[in-house]
Amino acid sequence: MIDLSVRYLGLELRNPLIASASPLTRSIDNLRELERHGIGAVVLPSLFEEQIEHEEMAIEDLHWYGRESSAEALDYRPPLPSSSGSSQQYLDLIWEAKNALKVPVIASLNGTSVGGWLKYAQAMADAGADAIELNVYLVPTDFTITGAEIESRIVDLVLAVRGSISIPLSVKVGASFSSVANMMFRLVSAGADGLVLFNRFLQPDIDLENLKVDPKVTLSNSDEIRLPLRWIGILRREITASLAATSGVHSVDDAVKLLLVGADAVMMTSALLKHGPAHVAKVRRDLEDWLVDHEYESVAQMRGSMCQAHYGDPLAFERANYMNALVSYQGPHV
Amino acid sequence: MKAKPLVTDGNEAAARVAYAVNEVIAIYPITPASPMGELCDAWASQGQSNLWGIVPEVIEMQSEGGAAGALHGALQTGALATTFTASQGLLLMIPNMYKIAGELTPAVIHVAARSVATHALSIFGDHSDVMATRATGWAMLASNTVQEAHDFAMIAQAATLASRVPFLHFFDGFRTSHELNRFVPLDDDEMRAMLPAEAMHDHVARAMHPDRPVLRGSAQNPDVFFQAREAINPFYDDLATTVAQTMERFGDLTGRNYQPFEYMGSPNATRVLVLMGSGAGASELAVEHLVAQGEDVGLLKVRLYRPFSVSHMLAVLPASTRRIAVLDRTKEPGSIGEPLYMDVVTALAQSWTRTYGASVELPLVVGGRYGLSSKEFTPSMVAAVFRELSTPDPKHGFTVGIRDDISHLSLAWNEGDIPEDSDTFNAVFFGLGSDGTVGANKSTTKIVGENTQKYAQGYFVYDSKKSGSMTVSHLRFSADPIRETYQVQSAQFVACHQFQLLERMAVLDVAQMGSTFLLNSPYGPDEVWDHLPATVQRHILQKELKFWVIDATTVAREAGLGRRINTVMQACFFILARMLPADEALQKIRESIQKTYGRRGEVVVARNLAAVDQSQAAVLRVDTAGREVRGDQLPELAIANAPDFVRRVTAQILAGHGDQLPVSAFPPDGTFPTGTAKWEKRSIAPEIPIWDAEVCIECALCALVCPHAAIRTKAYEGDALADAPAGFPSRTSRAKEFSAERMTVQVAPDDCTGCGVCVDVCPAIRKDNVSRKAINMEPTGDHLERERINFETFLALPELERLDVSVGTIKGSQVLEPLFEFSGACAGCGETPYLKLLSQLFGDRLVIANATGCSSIYGGNLPTTPWSVNADGRGPTWNNSLFEDNAEFGLGMRLALDQRAARARQFVTDAKEGVSDDQRTRLGMGVLANEQDVQQRRADVADLLKQVGPDHTLLLEGLLPASVWIVGGDGWAYDIGFGGLDHVMASGRNVNILVLDTEVYSNTGGQASKATPLGAVAKFAAGGKAIGKKDLGMIAMAYGNVFVAQIAMGANPKQTVQTFMQAESYEGPSLIIAYSPCIAHGIDMSTSSTHTKDAVKSGYWPLFHFDPRVPASNGKGPFRLDSRAPQLAYRDFAMKEGRFAMLERSDPEASRRLMAQAQEEILQRWHLYEQMAAVDRGQGQETSS
Repeated sequence: MIDLSVRYLGLELRNPLIASASPLTRSIDNLRELERHGIGAVVLPSLFEEQIEHEEMAIEDLHWYGRESSAEALDYRPPLPSSSGSSQQYLDLIWEAKNALKVPVIASLNGTSVGGWLKYAQAMADAGADAIELNVYLVPTDFTITGAEIESRIVDLVLAVRGSISIPLSVKVGASFSSVANMMFRLVSAGADGLVLFNRFLQPDIDLENLKVDPKVTLSNSDEIRLPLRWIGILRREITASLAATSGVHSVDDAVKLLLVGADAVMMTSALLKHGPAHVAKVRRDLEDWLVDHEYESVAQMRGSMCQAHYGDPLAFERANYMNALVSYQGPHV
Repeated sequence: MKAKPLVTDGNEAAARVAYAVNEVIAIYPITPASPMGELCDAWASQGQSNLWGIVPEVIEMQSEGGAAGALHGALQTGALATTFTASQGLLLMIPNMYKIAGELTPAVIHVAARSVATHALSIFGDHSDVMATRATGWAMLASNTVQEAHDFAMIAQAATLASRVPFLHFFDGFRTSHELNRFVPLDDDEMRAMLPAEAMHDHVARAMHPDRPVLRGSAQNPDVFFQAREAINPFYDDLATTVAQTMERFGDLTGRNYQPFEYMGSPNATRVLVLMGSGAGASELAVEHLVAQGEDVGLLKVRLYRPFSVSHMLAVLPASTRRIAVLDRTKEPGSIGEPLYMDVVTALAQSWTRTYGASVELPLVVGGRYGLSSKEFTPSMVAAVFRELSTPDPKHGFTVGIRDDISHLSLAWNEGDIPEDSDTFNAVFFGLGSDGTVGANKSTTKIVGENTQKYAQGYFVYDSKKSGSMTVSHLRFSADPIRETYQVQSAQFVACHQFQLLERMAVLDVAQMGSTFLLNSPYGPDEVWDHLPATVQRHILQKELKFWVIDATTVAREAGLGRRINTVMQACFFILARMLPADEALQKIRESIQKTYGRRGEVVVARNLAAVDQSQAAVLRVDTAGREVRGDQLPELAIANAPDFVRRVTAQILAGHGDQLPVSAFPPDGTFPTGTAKWEKRSIAPEIPIWDAEVCIECALCALVCPHAAIRTKAYEGDALADAPAGFPSRTSRAKEFSAERMTVQVAPDDCTGCGVCVDVCPAIRKDNVSRKAINMEPTGDHLERERINFETFLALPELERLDVSVGTIKGSQVLEPLFEFSGACAGCGETPYLKLLSQLFGDRLVIANATGCSSIYGGNLPTTPWSVNADGRGPTWNNSLFEDNAEFGLGMRLALDQRAARARQFVTDAKEGVSDDQRTRLGMGVLANEQDVQQRRADVADLLKQVGPDHTLLLEGLLPASVWIVGGDGWAYDIGFGGLDHVMASGRNVNILVLDTEVYSNTGGQASKATPLGAVAKFAAGGKAIGKKDLGMIAMAYGNVFVAQIAMGANPKQTVQTFMQAESYEGPSLIIAYSPCIAHGIDMSTSSTHTKDAVKSGYWPLFHFDPRVPASNGKGPFRLDSRAPQLAYRDFAMKEGRFAMLERSDPEASRRLMAQAQEEILQRWHLYEQMAAVDRGQGQETSS
């Protein structure tokens, strides 16, 4: 019997496959299906800082709109009920997911600054989340702010969340740091129990008919695993905290590659959106087959076996590899 | 232990009891009683239970008549039931009130007493409504204060159960219904203790039930009716005693003692004032003041008006009384005196001599009127009444509070006679509706009144505009109960929350010597002085005001609160007013913020708290030492050139001096000139649209959708610009809808509300910068002077001849002069663009019957009207009858016009000479199909008049074009006026009905109507509307001979314009149902027009028309769909609106269910319409076998 189990953020996972935050994990029915098909853990969709703030202020605006302006109509709506919107609905989702599932349920909080919205980290823990994934999705556009300032801000954010909860915390960030290794180290030092590498930044597009910027979602492809592959391979050397790979995991090959370089878990989004929850069963089965075919006893056995520290040619993860790749490229026009 | 005091308004105070002690609550919106129903509906939707642990059934009815019917039925079947109403609503209940009383059914109706419409509608308070019910057999109990509104709601409930006689419990609309004041609430045990258990049992025992069958509501003949009617007498004989005993029991329980009649003042009074209602507060203060000065005066407060107990009255009226003035808050033209006066006179005539013997002279009684429509009633006016009583021959039928220079009935008074109590802290705040000033002051009143030992009172005055409305808050704080039932006359603290109001309102008139003046100013303490109007500077120096400024707008914006300066200004008030130690006050604000905003989230709380903290450092004292008043340079006002009436009367009202206008200023029959809104330059827009001629594509959509006719297009020949100032924008016109060389799009800079709808709909985008359109919002300050000149130039350009314009097109219609302009409707209003279009298409021949509602308020609320006239003096003629009768009102107009036409035609037929055969034929035509016919008719009549002489002008006016339009909202068309609407459609007569469908009762604050869609949250549907919208168009189409159309200007403007043309030309009834976005929808009103596209795209609001003139042939019939099959999920449209999104937040499960159901219904309805559109009327045999 092959042992697929892994430890991630201190949680026992029956296998390293995690459904990452996406519209798919929004419904209890889908979550149940994911579990039925063998998922190791689920990350619920993100609750966004902007969403919380925007919604609160939007409701505040709605409350005030046209209010106390006319003797006949002191306001235009019945009083708002006390249950508060999507944040409450999110907490309800955690509660329901915990009741419906046996696998760990990870809540996701998405934001960039220390503020009132962070109280939801504690609320998520109270609602039963097994861990929190703090998703720092940042597009710094201020020309006057240095990279160092931004890094400090992110570290402060991690410290603030860490200080407010006692359940495990993972941090999901992009790879756009001048010194990725140093930054990841700082995040772990600030209290992250794990890192989720990396955020896929959705880039804007333009709708040519309406001349509008269109933030449309594009799904990932398997090529995209190479970025996390490199960095997990490098980071594994020094970092003992959990590392999860995300972006581009579609097939068992993708998963195995990432596990080999040292990922504790691999997250899937696009593949599940594309093929549905049943795809988990296939990848899980394929993983088992791969391990059998390659005579491994467990995931633990192969995990990290090809990280930079263990690989014969550590430069393969570094600059030299890039040179080799370019030099050796062959194609119809070369 | 007594319950902790609360601060609420009178409506809430009464509703709290009504909700607790009833099982069925039938409601219908009407100002100022609506909040009682709204609160009950909200409590029920939150699952709050009554005294018996049950959630009362709260049901909205289609009218007050319906509410009374439901009340009657519920009572007859054993429920404790109530309703709330006012004014015309109460009048609609009268038939049922006779029945309910005649059947000895215990019930209470709570009334926020309001003027009944006569020469004009008024939403404000007096007793004309309750007085109209005094013959119904209901007991009538008057509350004078917020505490009494609470207490008497309970006493009335207890007394009605004990006596079986129903009770009308009333208090003064606005003065009590909307005044915030501190009161001690009854707890559940106290309420239970007041309810007579046996009587409640008996009420149920009398109820109709098939296990104990009875017949009630029989018909009776002359042989028995009379006797049977007299059988009720004993129930009234004991009633006053029952009430007195109930009040006594209430006093034992609560320590608050009342009597059917209460006397206060000198025990040996010779002069006594009698009145009921809130005026008692001002009267008590006057009497105390005068008694303290040694005068023998007193006040008799009438609590129980019906039955009128002579013995209870005489028991408290001092025997020393020699002269009595009875003040009625109502007018009964043609009577000997008003009702309360008549009752007092009769009471004394019946019983004085019997009580005191012939040796004690019967007092002299005079009657007077005061306070109609919430006219201020002050202690000094009371003093004037007592002065009148001291004259040898006191006037009877006098008035007080106005100057009557026609009948000379008014008493003169000196407002300073009785000053305000110097121990009370008075504060007055000037603000805008949109800035949260009133909300902040309500919060302040509650903070002080509920959390300190002080009493607190708040009263709020709003103007009649729905956009840019100004508010004045009057707050009082005192160690003693606050009985001042009138606005603050002298304030220790004055705040002006908007700098620009300094120019428009006499802000500092109310400031007393040495008081504090707080100004929200963009200018700091060193610069502000030179920006102040001279009058303000003078007040500050002469009254030695302590002058503070804060840039609250910046503080609020930086705290992330947008334009809401409420928290900032509230903090400043507490810092400066020093009623409480500053730290304690700020702590209380913080607690209040937590309490108020806590449920709305941490972010809101944090931002408000930040605003409080920042306010402390930002409020700065202005050093006025050595300052001087700058020379007055009063700008020349445009109104100086206005017609005489506007200058004499309208201008005074606009300047806030309406109270000073004498009786002679007014027409005795409520007739006013139109075309007056243009004299009211409000200049309320912070940003105005500026045209970029280069980019414009002349689509005219900006002008079409402008709710205020503040963006206009004009087309003209090039030489018309000969005298135009340099830089007047103009472009070569390429339009085919009219022939003109050039055209201009122009903003009316002082009339624009800055809603931004025009910019939102503009389809033309700059090639070199996609953020710029052909029209762009720009800061008003940068453009005002220039655009004022441009607008004047624009107005002076000649109008195109209507015959030269293709009227029934978008571009054509928009170069025609709007005869509906500059209304005070909400910024972005979805109704007014339709009315403006109507006025452009047919304005010179419009006769409008307007149902009560938003359109009657922005259309006809003084001081001005947007309905206007053209250069020939022609324009819409407008009237508002009632809410419920508008279709019938309009039909009556049609019938009269037809009669006048018939008389005129008869004259033409009979005329032996002077009329050519051609003319005779043309004048015989009933329908004028187009602009040419209209102009021909006017020419023919003018010709004819030349022949027959001007004596026949009015006779022949019957032949002149007149197009009858019946206009109203969905509350009227779907609910209260539906029966009449249906009948008028069935009449086949040539009327045009325009339903401005906002899908709620907009004017009264967004209560659900039968036009409210499934799943929408509205007042009276706080849990989401559970039933779908009525398909009014389908109902109308069932007649077959009614032109019916559903339109949405923002989605398909072409169809809108064409529909108006088709409806008008149809010689029969036409019904247009027009989608009208409203602030009650919870949308960004700057996108109100474009948002409509999604309503249509989702199939939620399909566009169609049904034209009975189109024959059924070629597989097509009169019904045509004018929009495409649903292309957008209903949810994607709905969730952009607060009214739907609210349910998603409060009850996601219900929201999902209702959304799914609504989607299903949309598809079904579309399917049905598609089938109707494809009905193969001529060739139906194919399927028959």
